[in-house]
Amino acid sequence: MNHLHVQAAYIVSAACFILSLMWMSHPSTARRGVLVGELGMLLAIVSALMLKEVVSYELIAAALLLGSAIGAPMAYLMPMTAIPQRTALSHAFGALAVALIGVVEFGKLAHAGAGFSFASGALMFEMLLGLLTCTASLVAFAKLQELMPTRPILFKGQTLLNLAVFLAAVGLAATLAMHPQGGLLLAAFIALAALFGILLVTPIGGADMPTVIALLNAYAGLAASAMGFALGNQLLVITGALDGASGFILALIMCKAMNRSFANVMFGGFGQVAAIAALGGEARHVRSFSVEEAAMHLEHANSVVIVPGYGMAVAQAQHKVSELYQALLTKSVDVRFAIHPVAGRMPGHMNVLLAEANVPYELLVEMDAINGDLPNTDVALVIGANDVVNPAARDDSASAVAGMPIIEVDRARSVMVIKRSMNPGFAGIENELYHLDKTHMLFGDAKAFVSGMIKEINGGSPG
Amino acid sequence: MTSTTFDSDLVLIFLLAAFLGYQLIKRVSSLLHSPLMSLTNAIAAVAVVGAITILGEDGAGPMAKVLGFIAVTAATVNLVSGFLITDRMLKMFKKGSRP
Repeated sequence: MNHLHVQAAYIVSAACFILSLMWMSHPSTARRGVLVGELGMLLAIVSALMLKEVVSYELIAAALLLGSAIGAPMAYLMPMTAIPQRTALSHAFGALAVALIGVVEFGKLAHAGAGFSFASGALMFEMLLGLLTCTASLVAFAKLQELMPTRPILFKGQTLLNLAVFLAAVGLAATLAMHPQGGLLLAAFIALAALFGILLVTPIGGADMPTVIALLNAYAGLAASAMGFALGNQLLVITGALDGASGFILALIMCKAMNRSFANVMFGGFGQVAAIAALGGEARHVRSFSVEEAAMHLEHANSVVIVPGYGMAVAQAQHKVSELYQALLTKSVDVRFAIHPVAGRMPGHMNVLLAEANVPYELLVEMDAINGDLPNTDVALVIGANDVVNPAARDDSASAVAGMPIIEVDRARSVMVIKRSMNPGFAGIENELYHLDKTHMLFGDAKAFVSGMIKEINGGSPG
Repeated sequence: MTSTTFDSDLVLIFLLAAFLGYQLIKRVSSLLHSPLMSLTNAIAAVAVVGAITILGEDGAGPMAKVLGFIAVTAATVNLVSGFLITDRMLKMFKKGSRP
């Protein structure tokens, strides 16, 4: 096949990918979007295989088979609670592929004894972004999988060290772009870029993972685009730009939902300072409900809004929460779910978990849409969420979460909070919500407590 | 395979695609942000075409073969698992039939 055919196929592929994203906008068309995306991918791969430069197929076939053999079980066996880890891992794989392609293409330039060119610059950019995204995503994966502590790891002079490593990597990249060469200089660059990725994510805490994952997504996209520039491949430029735009928008949404800037997330070490401050607070009185009392309270409400958080995912309570919704439905209670943009460990985490548990998606309401209804809600039930419902974010300008938009459960007629104990949340901030007159704490494991309430509601007299 | 001259068309394509991406992604319901991320990740795995050229071209050295093999494998894992898991997630989003 000559290049003209390949060009035509790539254009159709690009159109497929654009349609794919367009149809992703709504659940009713989204699956069609996946199908057309798959078609575009198939077309691109087949055309690449038919390029006349491609002459040996054994290794390609083996790699495609091996990749499929790993990828397919991964997709089918991965539990939905592990979606954030899988996403981090896939960013690492994607960035690794892009970085390695960059290394090989750069090696060819160096071997040919070429001087500075547009391609050598683009390749250095590709390798820098690809390598740092790869190792940063691996650290994010390790934190999400709890292979390493999820709290921010901070040490003295951290920012300075990070800056020094980054500048050294960029300096080497510039030198290599000017004088393409292999050997020690390239190896040093690769090591520094990879090291920077590790340093970048180490100080970031678990609660900031949604933003970090979105940012890494953007970097992976930009790296792919840079590769398109280096190879003169329009399809790669387009898909990289689409992927990058997606990552940046999600990261922006996450930052806005926490009232923080990119810089603050990446260099802020959120949580550390606040945790120290929280140690000073004395034990205060809270009201609590037993399982029976809580169940009765829910049963007699007209409207209930459930606010899930990462704690629900940790307790694997989403199926029980769905059963609770079903049980309340039979008692003619109006139940809806309020989803904060940063609830969980990645964008949309709570929606996927509740959809998996068969909660109809039109009941999953965004923060801005539900806040107006909360003053007319009888019970707000908070399950495993903390900072996203902390009224201090709205009322106390000195709070570490000040200015963060919250789900205003404190405006509901009554509040119930399922919590293991009175330990502060991930941000380590005291939550005034727990001490309000209308709040009752439900102490225990989320899954066990919700199960208990379901039993009470289903077992009680019909009403 | 590398293009050594500056190609302003590519920059224009990048700008237009980034702008289009911005407009498209903005319209995606926050319900679907997790599947969106796995979908864009799968699509970005089209980088596999670059890796295929490296691995299959005439006179690829042993280093190019090893790195190319890893790159094709890693990208394939992403595209296969990315599309499949996106579809698996989307299948779960059902409209309720409320009584």
